[in-house]
Amino acid sequence: MIKTDAVIIGAGPVGLFAVFELGILGLNAHVVDNLDKAGGQCIELYPDKPIYDIPALPICTGESLTKNLLEQIKPFKTTFHLNQRVDSITKKDKHWIVETSDKTVFETPNIIIAGGVGSFEPRKPPIKGIERFEQHNLFYSVKNKKNFDNQKVCIFGGGDSALDWVIELSKTAKKIFLVHRRDEFRAAQHTVNQMMKLKDEAKIELYTNYQPKNFAGEAKIEKVIIENNKKEIKELEVDSVLAFFGLKMELGPIVNWGLNLDNKTIIVNTENFETNEKGIFAVGDICTYPGKLKLILCGFHEAALAAQECFKRAKPDEKYIFRFTTSSSDIHKRLGIK
Amino acid sequence: MPKVTYIEFNGTEHIVEVDKGLSIMEGAVQNNIQGIDADCGGSCACATCHVYVDDDWIDKLPEQSDAEKDMLDFAFETKASSRLSCQIFVDENLNGVVVSLPEKQG
Ligand SMILES: Cc1cc2nc3c(=O)[nH]c(=O)nc-3n(C[C@H](O)[C@H](O)[C@H](O)COP(=O)(O)OP(=O)(O)OC[C@H]3O[C@@H](n4cnc5c(N)ncnc54)[C@H](O)[C@@H]3O)c2cc1C
Ligand code: FES
Repeated sequence: MIKTDAVIIGAGPVGLFAVFELGILGLNAHVVDNLDKAGGQCIELYPDKPIYDIPALPICTGESLTKNLLEQIKPFKTTFHLNQRVDSITKKDKHWIVETSDKTVFETPNIIIAGGVGSFEPRKPPIKGIERFEQHNLFYSVKNKKNFDNQKVCIFGGGDSALDWVIELSKTAKKIFLVHRRDEFRAAQHTVNQMMKLKDEAKIELYTNYQPKNFAGEAKIEKVIIENNKKEIKELEVDSVLAFFGLKMELGPIVNWGLNLDNKTIIVNTENFETNEKGIFAVGDICTYPGKLKLILCGFHEAALAAQECFKRAKPDEKYIFRFTTSSSDIHKRLGIK
Repeated sequence: MPKVTYIEFNGTEHIVEVDKGLSIMEGAVQNNIQGIDADCGGSCACATCHVYVDDDWIDKLPEQSDAEKDMLDFAFETKASSRLSCQIFVDENLNGVVVSLPEKQG
């Protein structure tokens, strides 16, 4: 069990800035995100696109904004718990117990939900009942590539993840099928060339303009049935299936935490962005109140105000004093400035 | 004002007027039509505004950009008539256009 002043759910821009606002008040935080990296929508949906409305930053990109936020919170040496989702929140006296999908458990007086539009989850192929295969031989990422040694692997997708794994696994797998819904690929050109070379050397089988129609098998997928634009059907015998259809945001477990919701967002007050539960705050895209705008700059403001209330709950015996970063020697110490 | 017909997956039809210059996605959101999520607000970055365009209208729409084609790779159950509704802007030429919504957006 990890004891901390605050648990931040979501490492998007607003969750990252919440680390800073807590940090300068002398509070430590642990951050949990389902993605494998920090940055939320900025890094997952638009790393290269420009952003023009961050105050005092005439232009940045999703990626550079994330990098700068990480730089800004560096002094606090915050622990990130990535690749895991916060599944449950339960009350224990005046504290909260937070548990993740990897069974990491926290005890904390403060939870800041900066969950955006929800956690990023893999998109699944449009086939009914495929959940039963997920425990066995249907995967949306590669955890250990050795698991595919000597196997017949069917890979779906046309982006970098799909093609990178086609190339990598073709070295050790028995057979690779690559199936994509059109004959153009999103992946980087040199990766596409490499894959095409493997195809010409008959090291992989490529099916373009095909989409998954059904997965046959009892507990495991034994056959993948695919169909093309002309309704022609092919059956592929496989040992495992890797589907790379990107990620989608799902509100997920947040709906079960007893918080007042309004159309996929959490209702908060605008004084300290607390929800209907004491010590649970919501900031950024996930919160709503009269006049809410889903903008990064609004999220930053929300995080600053929530942090003040977190301080009162984490340090009930200390007096809160408002200070500027310019002149406070306490803040300078926390930022490592001599 | 141009009219757009949205047909939900369960068959419910909505015929609404959409301001010229708005996208088919924005027309749905403004009129509270369920079934288009539009998580990225029309930036061609989420593929949760996927629709099937009625056969009679497919050829009348502007061409798909590469970005739209790339993004459609992520949409749930695409067909030849699949488009991202945030990338189609309504004008007089599209008066009467009919789109059907998929079972879900991913
Ligand atoms: C294409 C595009 C362009 C944009 N342009 C601008 C712009 O120009 N200016 C602007 O201000 N805004 C812009 N935005 C909006 C901006 O990106 C969002 O407002 C911002 O990302 C919200 O930040 P956030 O930290 O609240 O949430 P997010 O960035 O959505 O991050 C939330 C994180 O929480 C995680 N999470 C959720 N639930 C859980 C859970 N239970 N367990 C673990 N992790 C969880 C998710 O995996 C995610 O990483 C744009 C958005 C898009 C898509
Ligand atoms: S609204 Fe996100 S792609 Fe259209």
